[in-house]
Amino acid sequence: MLSERTAFLIFSVIALIGAVNVITRRHPVHAALWLVGTFLGVAGLFLTLGAGLLGAIQVMVYAGAIMVLFLFVILLLNLDAPPDEGLSFARGASLLAAVATLALIALPLARAPELRAAATPESPVADASAGQVANVLFTRYALPFEVVSLLLLIAMVGAIHLARRPRRDETV
Amino acid sequence: MTALLAAGIAVTTALAAPPAAAEPAWLMLIKVLVAFGITMTIVPLLVLAERRVSAWMQYRVGPNRVGIGGSLQPMADLVKMLFKEELRPDGVPPFLFGAAPAIAAICSLSMMAVVPFGGTLELDGRSIPLVVADADIGVLAVLALSSIGVYGITLGGWASNSKYSLLGGLRSSAQMISYELSLGIALLGVLVVSGSFESGSFRLSEIIRFQAESGAWNVLRLPLGFALFTIAVFAETNRLPFDLPEAEPELVGGYHTEYSSMRFGLFFLGEYAAMVAGSSVIVCLFLGGWHCPWLATEAVVGPGGALVQVAVFLAKVLAFLFFFIHVRWTLPRLRYDQLMKFGWTWLLPLSLLNLLWAGAHAALGWF
Amino acid sequence: MAPQSWYLIVSALLFGLGIVGFVTRRNSLVMFMSVELMLNAANLVFVAAARDHVPARGSACALFVIAVAASEVAVGLALVLALFRLKKSVDSDAVRELRA
Repeated sequence: MLSERTAFLIFSVIALIGAVNVITRRHPVHAALWLVGTFLGVAGLFLTLGAGLLGAIQVMVYAGAIMVLFLFVILLLNLDAPPDEGLSFARGASLLAAVATLALIALPLARAPELRAAATPESPVADASAGQVANVLFTRYALPFEVVSLLLLIAMVGAIHLARRPRRDETV
Repeated sequence: MTALLAAGIAVTTALAAPPAAAEPAWLMLIKVLVAFGITMTIVPLLVLAERRVSAWMQYRVGPNRVGIGGSLQPMADLVKMLFKEELRPDGVPPFLFGAAPAIAAICSLSMMAVVPFGGTLELDGRSIPLVVADADIGVLAVLALSSIGVYGITLGGWASNSKYSLLGGLRSSAQMISYELSLGIALLGVLVVSGSFESGSFRLSEIIRFQAESGAWNVLRLPLGFALFTIAVFAETNRLPFDLPEAEPELVGGYHTEYSSMRFGLFFLGEYAAMVAGSSVIVCLFLGGWHCPWLATEAVVGPGGALVQVAVFLAKVLAFLFFFIHVRWTLPRLRYDQLMKFGWTWLLPLSLLNLLWAGAHAALGWF
Repeated sequence: MAPQSWYLIVSALLFGLGIVGFVTRRNSLVMFMSVELMLNAANLVFVAAARDHVPARGSACALFVIAVAASEVAVGLALVLALFRLKKSVDSDAVRELRA
């Protein structure tokens, strides 16, 4: 079996390579497929963190449903690779801003000694098995849980309304 | 190719295996080989059975020239397939075009990794669960793999650079997303009545153990759920009456129109392996897995008992596969809008109803 | 066991790549994908940070994020479809009616 560190390295490399390709591939289908790779890598990272349930859900929901939906839309619109997008001035400036934001996140991470030497106990206090997650979900987080279900309903209604072809007699 | 498939199974196994159940690597390897071998034996048998049963149902003879009663026909088909020219249409992305069938095949073969072929074998003072990966997330792994399997078909359709293939790929992605919902919700019902949520584990082996110990299979508890799950599995495996992605009269060959030779063979293998995996999962969830009421099989047995359990399990799977074939040659194909309408307006509400029923079943403490 | 900070660094990198993708790409579908990258990075932080405390809570929070992501994608893709119907393009620069 792989040691946990090796697994971590493999999965994070998969996730990062996927992410780089998502934002650099011109063809949307290729970007979507690399994103699936990233999701699988992150699912692997969840496994190394002992969150098997979340890993499975990540694969099912992200890779299995969300990305299939993306692909479906790309295929439905029959999109081809667009002409070179190029970097305009505004885009260059925003890229700089993005890098600055990233640096703002990364710098404290790299410098905080207590984070680098973060307490890493030999074994987790408890695990994130399905039963444990369910306990938390239906007691401590019961209210957010209900709110999320409402959110899903609203999203569903909204999506149907937006994607519906408007009838002849009504204006958009 | 075989190496590729074996690698797929090995990877899934390595990922799905809980670190606690540290089994020696050789034992793991044997299990992988046995599960792989059983699946790869059933698939050609299934291809043959499909042709013979359809012939029987249509009152004709069917292939009976190669081997005794046509028993070597799958071999002949394989040889034919191997020697066919490997065609690749112009303007296709080579990597994706080749990867799509492999994804389809690997995903359906890997599903067998979490299916228990029997209970626990007691051998040399070592208890060996007769399942490749007795993973905590067992059933979820099946769902996850089946949802990844969609990519094989969708990509195959897209990468072929052909209108018919693209339509086939589009249909399959829409169909599979729609029916996966009902599949998942029907599955939730099983988990509720089997007490998987109390134990917090989704192992298929524990669902079977529950059925064996209570003496009643889940199909008795959830007849509606059984029907819904079976219908959804038919849709997920693209079998008639839901084989819209490859509907011949409309789409030529659907997503595999442009595929030939072993690439086509991989798609074919993936489809039949998905049928085997689908029936195995149905047998485990609803039909008691290796449990047989008259044989009073125990969960932990010696070698003889293990053989009986595996035989019982395989007999059930084969019987269910016969049902698959029978349905294919009995029912006509649905129209695409009918398929979608049925999935969303009937199957989904009914599976929610089934979940309510399962909840009542568990709350009121029926058998 | 890999130290927590490693996970945080991977997550920060994923998040950064998401930002870069979101601001530099014009294809609205790829912009959405970049948003998904950022959400995933957030999930990773939740789970990694909870590992040494109460792991189940981290998973629960990540579940909420996944649900939010799912609803966001449903609405977002519907918007893209509507945009495509209007402009025959998914380029985010195609929508500039409000620009003076």
